[in-house]
Amino acid sequence: MIRVDDLVKTFRVHRRPAGLGAALRSIFHRKYEIVRAVDGVSFRIERGERVGFLGPNGAGKTTTLKVLSGLLHPTSGAAEVDGFEPRRREPAFLKGITLVMGQKNQLLWDLPAAETYALNRALFDVPRDEYRETLAELSALLDLENLSTKPTRQLSLGERMKCELAAALLHRPKTLFLDEPTIGLDVSMQVAIREFIRSYNQRYEATVLLTSHYMQDVTALCPRIIVIDKGHLIYDGDLRALVRKVHPNKLVSFTMTGAIGPAELERLGDVVSSEGGRIVLRVPQDRLRDLVSHALANLPVVDLSVEDPPVEDIMRELFRPGSAPEAASRAEAEAS
Amino acid sequence: MAGQLRATLRATPTLLRVGVAETLAYRVEFVIWMLTTTLPLIMLGLWTSVAAQKPFANFGQREFVAYYVGALIVRNLTGSWVVWQLGDEIRRGMLSFRLLRPVHPFITYAATHISSVPMRGLVALPFAVILLFSTAGDLLITDPVLIGVLVVALLGAWLLTFFMLVMIGSVGLFVDKASAVFEVYLGIFAVLSGYLIPLALLPEWAQSIARWAPFRYMLAFPVELAIGFYHDRTDVLRDLGLQWLWVTAVIGAALAVWRAGIRRYEAFGS
Repeated sequence: MIRVDDLVKTFRVHRRPAGLGAALRSIFHRKYEIVRAVDGVSFRIERGERVGFLGPNGAGKTTTLKVLSGLLHPTSGAAEVDGFEPRRREPAFLKGITLVMGQKNQLLWDLPAAETYALNRALFDVPRDEYRETLAELSALLDLENLSTKPTRQLSLGERMKCELAAALLHRPKTLFLDEPTIGLDVSMQVAIREFIRSYNQRYEATVLLTSHYMQDVTALCPRIIVIDKGHLIYDGDLRALVRKVHPNKLVSFTMTGAIGPAELERLGDVVSSEGGRIVLRVPQDRLRDLVSHALANLPVVDLSVEDPPVEDIMRELFRPGSAPEAASRAEAEAS
Repeated sequence: MAGQLRATLRATPTLLRVGVAETLAYRVEFVIWMLTTTLPLIMLGLWTSVAAQKPFANFGQREFVAYYVGALIVRNLTGSWVVWQLGDEIRRGMLSFRLLRPVHPFITYAATHISSVPMRGLVALPFAVILLFSTAGDLLITDPVLIGVLVVALLGAWLLTFFMLVMIGSVGLFVDKASAVFEVYLGIFAVLSGYLIPLALLPEWAQSIARWAPFRYMLAFPVELAIGFYHDRTDVLRDLGLQWLWVTAVIGAALAVWRAGIRRYEAFGS
């Protein structure tokens, strides 16, 4: 279980304008600013949960993950992971967690990934039988065949991330902190990594806290999301509830064999797009049933689909200046 | 604590094996790095020319050959690039991965550097040994006790050098680049360790400083011991004691700087 109570992490940041004069002045007189990267965040995550951690750049996501993995000390507040205080980085704690950072890698650059696996086996004191068994499982799940014997520098980005995940999970951690694990990967590799994370979570009942800028990672993997912005927690709950509250409308797409007039369309709902025979309308939830019945009965419809607005739109709306806390708190209240 | 120590000992063979694999992977860089330790051969050329006519401060050509070849060997056995490794890992944030492993980073760094010793020996030592035996072999110590002390002195020199460099590298946790500190260290080391010229050729006041500073115990002490510059076992044991006092002090200082630096790393991140 992960417990975070009123977590605050501040950094002192050196600021100076561009230019030689400013550079010279900064030698003698430095200006610092206190930045509250995480500001009073609290949440609980139960064993085996998959939670998406969302927020714009600089929101405090990575800082929180680093605090939870023991790399950063909280300025105030408390963090606990499986009964351990992360900041102490006790060996038993480190053997129970892993931190994967999509933009950094722990693999030995000029050696095959197999050497990093061997190194991690020794450092995490994994019994050889268990190591062989886990490696075989991970190889099957991640399709690592032929990858582990190539020097890391010769692997593609996606191949490297697969090997990175294997290296990070050889000690079978129960808590996974995944910071942008699919960054820069192509779509099929993103899907493969997502499927792997889900199956690892199910097989080992592992807790997963995931940050990603790819909303599909979050929608596909995480029933629950935590949203932070400027260090503040602005939403914690079900992703669908957030979508319903921030954007209470549905998107209804029709494909029709014949044309209908603009006036008729306006009466049905807000027109998002209308190209050829394909029309997309934004419709309030409570009018959805009537609209679909009406369309199927009275219009030349050959195909119809109903969707939530893209999560990207929800996030854009949520992080729009002035809108986030209100919208999210409405959603959170509704969800609870 | 005991369990963790046992786990670390169990990990050591794999750490060393992977360290050897890393050394072999970087073979070109390794050879280039080794070439940077050949300053004693250049100095040897200069000083043997000076001593061709007559001995200089009791150093004849044979003594210069023995001293500088000995310095080359000791430097190769005890040298380390941990300053650059630490600096690079701190700057790129890769230190985090070491901190997330349940074995102290000092041990993983040390394993990497110890692993490179056999490879360095393979490349450098045959050449140096042939040179030494063909010109100044009779100067080498043969007393088994002194040879035993030499082994301990070499271990002390390795530890002293490694932890001194870890300490300097750890400064990178406080300042943007520890390389400036390292440059200062290198200058002092070159003079006071006997790397540039034998300490006996320094002015008396500089010799006094060198005698009490740690640098001499990184290089000149084992070299002078190996080539029979010591005539009294008491002097040898006194210097061995001083060397290990410095080893203890520098390990303590390296740990203190590291811990303070890591506290800062934990406070500010990378």
